Amino acid sequence: MSAQPTRAQRIPATAMRLPRIDPLGALVSVVGAVALLWLPFAVFKPNRVLPGDSHALAQVLPPSATLGCLLVLMLVALTALGVGNAWLRLAAALLGLIAVSAAIAAAGNLLTPPGNKVVRVAPGSGFWVLLLAIGLMATDAITRLRPRPIVRVLMLALFAAIACLALAHGVFDNLSVMREYAVNADRFAHELRRHLALALGSLGAAVVVALPLGIVCHQVPRLRAGILGALNVVQTIPAIALYGILMAPLGALAAAVPLAARLGISGIGAAPALLALFLYSLLPVVANTVAGLARVSPAAVEAARGMGMTRRQTLTGVELVLALPTILTGIRIVLVQNIGLVTIAALIGGGGLGVFVFQGIGQTAIDLVLLGAIPTVALGFTAAVLLDALVETMHRSREP
Amino acid sequence: MISIENLSKQYDSAIVVDSVSMAVERNSITVIVGTSGSGKSTLLRMINRLVEPTGGRVLIDGKDTTNEPAHLLRRRIGYAIQGNGLFPHRTVAENIATVPRLLGWDQARQRSRVAELLTVFQLDPAEFAGKFPHQLSGGQQQRVGVARALAAEPELLLMDEPFGALDPIIRAKAQDDLLDIQRRFGTTIVLVTHDMDEAFRLGSRVAVMSRGRLLQYDRPAALLTQPADPFVSQLTGLADRAMRLLSLTTAGQAAVPGTSTGPAIAASASLRDALSELVWRGADSASVIDASGAPSGKLTVAAILALGRPR
Repeated sequence: MSAQPTRAQRIPATAMRLPRIDPLGALVSVVGAVALLWLPFAVFKPNRVLPGDSHALAQVLPPSATLGCLLVLMLVALTALGVGNAWLRLAAALLGLIAVSAAIAAAGNLLTPPGNKVVRVAPGSGFWVLLLAIGLMATDAITRLRPRPIVRVLMLALFAAIACLALAHGVFDNLSVMREYAVNADRFAHELRRHLALALGSLGAAVVVALPLGIVCHQVPRLRAGILGALNVVQTIPAIALYGILMAPLGALAAAVPLAARLGISGIGAAPALLALFLYSLLPVVANTVAGLARVSPAAVEAARGMGMTRRQTLTGVELVLALPTILTGIRIVLVQNIGLVTIAALIGGGGLGVFVFQGIGQTAIDLVLLGAIPTVALGFTAAVLLDALVETMHRSREP
Repeated sequence: MISIENLSKQYDSAIVVDSVSMAVERNSITVIVGTSGSGKSTLLRMINRLVEPTGGRVLIDGKDTTNEPAHLLRRRIGYAIQGNGLFPHRTVAENIATVPRLLGWDQARQRSRVAELLTVFQLDPAEFAGKFPHQLSGGQQQRVGVARALAAEPELLLMDEPFGALDPIIRAKAQDDLLDIQRRFGTTIVLVTHDMDEAFRLGSRVAVMSRGRLLQYDRPAALLTQPADPFVSQLTGLADRAMRLLSLTTAGQAAVPGTSTGPAIAASASLRDALSELVWRGADSASVIDASGAPSGKLTVAAILALGRPR
């Protein structure tokens, strides 16, 4: 506001009357308003598979709570439209997220008859669109703040802590997804562990193989085109097709070598899933290792050799250290990619959160699909934020 | 001290260095000068075996350099290159201590050597030891690069276009510093450059290379007065060869006993600068004064001109 008088002096009177509108804020506000007015906020279903009745926000909450929620959302929209301070925008977005989450939790509690475990209250499309719009506003605010990597990680940790606390306290227990969770709690923990094991295990194996492969590609240019070309071909095979392709040889291996079968290798299950994810992981890590080594200053390498470092000392002490941020970027790509791809492993009995997704599709129980999908998205997001922060920290420590 | 004997390097059919022989004097700066592609860098890099020769040999103090593993040889020879090649992920102190660390010096000795070198290169250890290379100016980076090359007290320092990336004013300062450092430590330096001015300014002996061959290896004045090859004259420049020659002698060396009422000229100034000053002032003679400001002789225009041509 304090900047207004000076701006008024330079801008014609007609323009002055229009307040400056933030373009992203306008988008968020319009989308949010449409979601509130025309999309169902919550869906009430007699049981988990039957289609349900749509309810608007005002239909599920008592008038006072509806009014409070709408006031908060109005404040969020006004902030999005007219406030430039990124901290205020972030605070408003978080307030909005809390209000919308509280409203959906309350909707679950209010619509569910006491003691009834059969009816389902699911978040409606209006809730999801609102969540998306406010989430967009929050990420935009964080981008504008340019927080240091450590601050971003702390923000994520805080957010995760709040979410976990709310879940642990049963705030959302009357919502459909949490109903599915309550039924599948044991399996959920198991499949989550399996999901992480597949994603991280394949990544670990890929790094062990891809790093030396990348170094060889860098040092022997003649091999580079061949190796990268072959890995590129692997990358173009659709995941489902690759699982199919691997079934026959792994099945044959298990049949021919009893030890392999005893180790759990077979045509279906975790083995082909792990192998396929491993193959997909190779290209990004190899390519980024090659790129990272290529952009190491030739003068630094020349100086290292000229001062009497052995080839190994030059590689480990100079080249790999300087290439590390680029290599980590490759690892970040792989990790986020794998967390998503593991979902498909459920199709061939590989386990993971995809189990819920495919069971849910089979039973037309969308809540079960969400039980698999939401944690997958959260895991991928977390991995991306953590590794981005790590990569940026490394860049900051050695470049202006 | 260093004898280069029939040293050659051949890649497939291309002969990059063609049977070069030369002896590098101890405790002096030897400059190898030539156009790009003349093989001067390859010649330098064969001394520390970054490039392995295809023929001939290099002897340091009479010992063949192939007698020990290349990386151990290189730890005894300082090496500084264009663009300094500092390690961006290591601090100034860590960069300088690279070779001492490879040689297994203890921490205290490394630290005191780093502090000593930073002081010699006019960089305050307290301020600069913990900085990263990207926090330094180009001139500071270059000084750290040379300090790093000198860290393990090498008897021989190889420099490949060390000042190539510097702007002219910083380069002149860096050249003066190098002359000081050489006098101070008595290091034997072999320096490669394509810049003839640099060669004349730094080299007590200059080797001129072209297309892999050593055309002439001599004192700078001899390159001007007795060029062995038309290419040498071409490279040293015909138009201003008299001025170049004058720039190689100082007023103190040329002064004769006597006094003059003309302008005072420092004994350390070159005859080229002395002549310029006399022309500017319209004087026939100058009074040469030593570092303390006391007159030590005189210098006439005629005497200067006589020194600007082959005797």
